[in-house]
Amino acid sequence: MAVSGAFATANEGHDPHAEGGHEEKKGFNAKEVILGHVKDAHDWHLLSVGDFHLTMPLPVIIYNPARGTSMFSSSKFEHGHKSYEGYRIVDAHYLEANHLSPKLYTEGKIIAVDANDQPTGEKIYDLSMTKNITSMILAALLLVILMLNVAKAYKLRGSRQAPKGFQSLIEPVIIFMRDEVVKPNIPGGKADRYVPFILTIFFFILINNLLGLLPGSANVTGNIAVTFALALISFVAMMAATNRHFWGHIFNPPVPGFVKPILAPVELIGVFTKPISLMVRLFANILAGHIIILSIISLVFIFGTLNRGIGYGFLPVTIAFNIVMMLLELLVAFIQAFIFANLTAVFIGQAMEHTGHHDEHH
Amino acid sequence: MDLLMPELGLFSISLLIFIIVFLILKKFAWKPILATLKEREDSITDSIATAERVKEEMAQMKAEHEHVLAEAKAERSKILKEAKELKDQIISEAKAQAQAEAKKIVQDASVAIENQKLAALTEVKNQVGNLVIEVAEKVLRKELSDKKAQEAYIGQLASEIKMN
Repeated sequence: MAVSGAFATANEGHDPHAEGGHEEKKGFNAKEVILGHVKDAHDWHLLSVGDFHLTMPLPVIIYNPARGTSMFSSSKFEHGHKSYEGYRIVDAHYLEANHLSPKLYTEGKIIAVDANDQPTGEKIYDLSMTKNITSMILAALLLVILMLNVAKAYKLRGSRQAPKGFQSLIEPVIIFMRDEVVKPNIPGGKADRYVPFILTIFFFILINNLLGLLPGSANVTGNIAVTFALALISFVAMMAATNRHFWGHIFNPPVPGFVKPILAPVELIGVFTKPISLMVRLFANILAGHIIILSIISLVFIFGTLNRGIGYGFLPVTIAFNIVMMLLELLVAFIQAFIFANLTAVFIGQAMEHTGHHDEHH
Repeated sequence: MDLLMPELGLFSISLLIFIIVFLILKKFAWKPILATLKEREDSITDSIATAERVKEEMAQMKAEHEHVLAEAKAERSKILKEAKELKDQIISEAKAQAQAEAKKIVQDASVAIENQKLAALTEVKNQVGNLVIEVAEKVLRKELSDKKAQEAYIGQLASEIKMN
């Protein structure tokens, strides 16, 4: 969420055309600004002051079954103003200029275009290093470096010495996840096998949540593709843990014969609702937090378009609200990471259960 | 709402990133960390168990010590009691003996005194008899020289005998 970006955007509307020197004074479009910040992008927009945009270009990687793979910097698109190697980013101006329906061509997506800058309708696979992916790689690197350091501290101090520094911050979390999340949910001797997995899920989501709160950073865990990937991993782990008893319970539920055909599909749907609930919960919580913070900031500019004085006058209120929201989001970052990890452990535990009863934790 | 449409690129790359992070962390971070934690917990459990055992042993030893001490005390008081009894016995025996001895001595002494007294009395009697005889001889010698007085005396004696 780029707080700094929002300030500048208000002064110049949204993405004015640099060429031709035409500067139309548009009203502040909060929806555009907010969605622009919470969505993934092909470049990392850090801040804008007037007409100066500080943007980090990111590599674009496109696989086109017809043309092969293309790889170039996103700066070649010049923020959606130009096409390059037969590809371009769809933006509002392009749609408007070519009378294309925004329903068919989503803004921010890369499409294949012909020599006349018209969409060819080719099927392409966009595997670019987008803003979210870059942010996620940074988070992953940070996490790996931090945890390897912690592991080094353990190797250095051994089991006889008390933990120190960052090690003693992480240790209670690891122990908590192991003893309060994994062990109570996953039965017996199998618990130890799942501890690394649950720990990785927790810390991976947590670090992405936390980095997402920094001004100017990407909204990684508030993107449904990311939470879909995480939920899929959790689903695969859950499926790998299932036993005969679990499937027996789904296809042959312990109910009178005539209810079985009704209940079996319901039970089968239940298998899939678990990862879907994980996906939607994380996505919605993080996205909602970002949208609220951006909306509160946008209020300043909405008032500012009415009257400059009101805009500045509203600034303290915005700051106060945003401090509260930020603290709340900090809490949500931890809670959502914990819930995702905890529910994954619960679902894996349910899949392994041998006893007849099933509790639904939703 | 393209917000709700997962993008293939982002999805597949995040999947890949997560799996790589998971594999790296599993091998190089979680494994040593969890192993060390387990080791530490085990050593703590062991230490507690050992401490518990040592404590038990100590308690046992202490109980043994106390037992031995109590025995020693009992022994001592028994010895003391016996010694006291022995002492009392010796004293009482000595006393009895001394009393008997003293009694005997006193008896002997009184017998000796009696004997001495009898001897002394006999001697005194003999002496007195001798003296009487001597005096009587002297008196008789003198008296016999005077006829008249002799007769008077005899007469007196005779009268006295008559009176008896």
